[in-house]
Amino acid sequence: MKQIKMKIISRRNVLHLLGGATGSVLFSKYALSKPNLALNKIKEISKNAKVDEVDLFLDVPEIAENGNQVKVSFDIESPMTEEDFVKTVYILADGNPAPNVAKFSFTTDMGACSATTRMRLSKTQNIYLLAEYNNGNFAMTKSKVKVTIGGCGG
Amino acid sequence: MSKIKPRGKVPKTASVDEIIEIKTLIRHPMHSGRMKDKDGKKIPKRIINKFLVKFNGKQVFGMDLEPSISTNPYIAFPFKAKKTGIFDFEWTDDNGDKYNMSRKMTVF
Repeated sequence: MKQIKMKIISRRNVLHLLGGATGSVLFSKYALSKPNLALNKIKEISKNAKVDEVDLFLDVPEIAENGNQVKVSFDIESPMTEEDFVKTVYILADGNPAPNVAKFSFTTDMGACSATTRMRLSKTQNIYLLAEYNNGNFAMTKSKVKVTIGGCGG
Repeated sequence: MSKIKPRGKVPKTASVDEIIEIKTLIRHPMHSGRMKDKDGKKIPKRIINKFLVKFNGKQVFGMDLEPSISTNPYIAFPFKAKKTGIFDFEWTDDNGDKYNMSRKMTVF
């Protein structure tokens, strides 16, 4: 399987994104920009805690010809011991009618933190991967997928 | 409508501390509530909203599914083999139905 290592988001990028999200919340009334539902959701899940930038492997196609079946897989390096493991992983999409795609609950019995599934994408958009560790820390990464034919119907 | 049928692939045998991959697929339309039928009427939302995996009765993996998950949800995940046991998979439908499947794995 081809693994694409996603670009690590720089601090500036994260600040820019978070700033953008705050801005859109504040100014959505004035229709300056559409609020980024996925980033709002990330803030909601992390309860405004700092979201760290670490090595996360998010494997999505660069171009999806059919938005109905887009393979998404991730692999997060973690020892998966009682002291240090990934508790929950969220996949979010900012261009779909609803930002949530899936939530995975991991346990130490699994030995590794990875999973694969298939999702629908309505248009070209960013996919976010948000990981919650057992010590309450958060980490995220994002990747853009170009969608040729949308897959949300309607 | 085709019958809802779960399928799963678990290695029959594994060695101690081997990380195996479990693959599951369930045949389900996953109506997101936004699609329309031939007559232009909206098909009501009906999806698999939860997937749970137990090993010897203890929950080891869980997933919450949203309408953004494709038709016939495919889920693959790892598991660290330690002892012989039985996996119980359970999918929960929006209408309350549960679909179950069990697989045995021998560890030597």
